[in-house]
Amino acid sequence: MGDFWQETSAQLARWLARLRREPFNLFFTLTQPIIFLVFFSSMFQKVKWVGYEDVSYRTFALAGIIAFAAFGNALAGGIPLLFDKENGFLTRLLSAPITRSSILVSRFLFVSIVTALQVLIIIGLACIMGATITTGIPGVLALVVISSLLGFGVTILSLALAFSLPSHGTFFAIVGTVGVPIVFLSSALAPPEAMPGWMQVVVRLNPISYAVDGMREITLRGFDFGHLGWIALVLVGFDVLCLALGARVLSRRLA
Amino acid sequence: MTDDVVVRATGLKKTFGETVAVDGVDLEVRRGEILGLLGPNGAGKTTTVKMLTTLYRPTSGTASILGHDVGADPKGVRREIGYVPQELTSDGYLTAQENLRLYANLYHLPPREIPTRIEEVLRLVALENVEGRLVKTFSGGMKKKLDLACGLLHHPRVLFLDEPSLGLDVQSRRAVWDHVLALKKSGVTLLVCTNDMDEADRLCDRVAIIFRGKVVALDAPSGLKDALGGDVVTLQCARTENGAVATLDRAVKALDFVRDTLVAGNRLLVYVESHERAIPRVLDAARAAGVEIESLSYTRPHLEDVFLRHTGAQYSESHVVPEPKKGRR
Repeated sequence: MGDFWQETSAQLARWLARLRREPFNLFFTLTQPIIFLVFFSSMFQKVKWVGYEDVSYRTFALAGIIAFAAFGNALAGGIPLLFDKENGFLTRLLSAPITRSSILVSRFLFVSIVTALQVLIIIGLACIMGATITTGIPGVLALVVISSLLGFGVTILSLALAFSLPSHGTFFAIVGTVGVPIVFLSSALAPPEAMPGWMQVVVRLNPISYAVDGMREITLRGFDFGHLGWIALVLVGFDVLCLALGARVLSRRLA
Repeated sequence: MTDDVVVRATGLKKTFGETVAVDGVDLEVRRGEILGLLGPNGAGKTTTVKMLTTLYRPTSGTASILGHDVGADPKGVRREIGYVPQELTSDGYLTAQENLRLYANLYHLPPREIPTRIEEVLRLVALENVEGRLVKTFSGGMKKKLDLACGLLHHPRVLFLDEPSLGLDVQSRRAVWDHVLALKKSGVTLLVCTNDMDEADRLCDRVAIIFRGKVVALDAPSGLKDALGGDVVTLQCARTENGAVATLDRAVKALDFVRDTLVAGNRLLVYVESHERAIPRVLDAARAAGVEIESLSYTRPHLEDVFLRHTGAQYSESHVVPEPKKGRR
C-alpha cells in the first residue's frame, strides 16, 4: 500500500504541476461550465417544466450543469494518456515497477480534484445569479461526492478508450461525437417526462440521469436518504462495471 | 559461468500478425559488459529490448534478467533494470528536478533519500545548474542526459539504452558515450541498441548484429573485423625506376606476419592482421631495402564490411521489417 500511494501521488503531482504550468488550459477548464451555466440558464429562463413550476430554470438546471461538468471532465480524462502513449512516456512509465492501476487512480484523483473545484465555482456563481440550494453546505458536499461517483466510471472508460484506440484522432472523433448527445439524452437539461417515449427509455439507462436526479433532489428538495442510497448504488454499480471493463483492457495492454 | 550471465534470452520470438519482428534470438549478456545490438531500423532490436524489459510478451521463447523470468516475474525484472527508450520521454512541462522526483517515486526510493539521490544523478550528467528549468526549454542533448539520469536513480544493475545518441550533435554524443562508459566502470551491465556502426565500435565489448529478426553474428567488434581478414597497409614509393616497387614487394613479403601483397602501379598493398604492429616493421624493411616511401595509409575493415559479409546486404539498403502498429502487443 505504501508503494502504491507513493507511485500514485507522484503521478498525481505530475498532473497538478502540468495544470499549473498551462494557465490557458486551467482558465478554460475552470470557466467552461460557467459558460454553460450562463448560456443554458439564460436561454431557457422562461421555461417551466411540469412538476418544477415552483423553481426558476436556473435552479432547475444547476444539477444538470454540475453533472455535465463532471461528465465532460471525466470524458476528457484519457486525453493526456493518448499523448503519453504516442510520445513514449507511457512505455517508459510501464518499464518501472509500478502497479498498473496507479495510472488510472492518479488520473481519477486529478479529474476529481478539478471537478470539485468546478462544482464549487458553478455553485458559487449560480447562487450569486439567484439559484438556491435547499440543503446548504452538506448539500454542496453531497454534490461533490455524486460528481465523483459519476466521474470515476467515465474516467475509466475514457482511459480504456485512450489505451485501446490506435490514434488520438479516433479518440477525439468518438468523444466529440458522443459527448454532447449523451448529456442531452439524460435528465440534465429537461425532465424525462417532457421527452418522447423512446427517449425516456434511453434517459433511464443513462448513468448521468441518476447523478442528475440525486443532485436535483439535493438542490431543490432536501435529503431523501432512501432515494439517494438507491442512486448511489446505481452509480457504484456503473463504476464497478467500468472498472471491470477497464481492467480487461489494461491487462491486455499493460501487462 | 552461469552466475556471470545477467541477461539471458533463448529462442526469443515476436510476431505482429503476419510480420515476424524477432525470429528466435539467443543472447547472453555478461556481468559488467556492454553488449550492442546493431542493425538497421526495423531489424528487430527495439522489439527484442521491449521483450527483455517486459513491455512486450514474447510470442515464444524465454528471457530472464538476473534470474527473474520476464513472463513469470515482470515486477522483479522491472526493479532490477533501467530502460531509456529512443524517444525523448521526459515531461516538458516539468522541471528536470520534478521529472527525476517522479521517477524516484515510481521506483519507490525511500522519500528521505530522494533529494540526495537526485543531486547525485544531476551531477553525474552535468545538469545540476538547470535542475529548476522546464524540460521543454532543454536542447535534445540535455533531454537525453536527463532521460539517462531518470534511468539511473534506482541504481539499476542492468541498463537498456535504445539508440542513446540518435539525433544528437557531436558534443552531446560524446557526453552520452562518456556517461555510458562511466556506468560500465561502476559495474552496471548495459545492453545498447544502435544502428550506428561507429557507436557500436566505440562503446561495446561485444556486438550482436541483428538482421531480419535474427542474430547473424556475435563477437567483440575487433573479433568481427579480424574475422574478415585484417588490415590493409598501402605504401606509395617515391620513385618507380629500377623496380623499386618490386624490390619493396620482395622485402615485405619476407616478413613473417604479412599475409599477402599486391602491386598496383607504384603502390604496394600489404595485407596484415593488424596495422599497428605491421607499419613500423614494414617501414624498417623498406629502409633496409633502400626504397624511399612517399606516403603510407592503412584501412581497417569497418563493421559495415562485417555486416555485408554476414547478411549479403549493404547496411544502408538492407531489408526492413515494417514497424508494428502503435499500441499492439
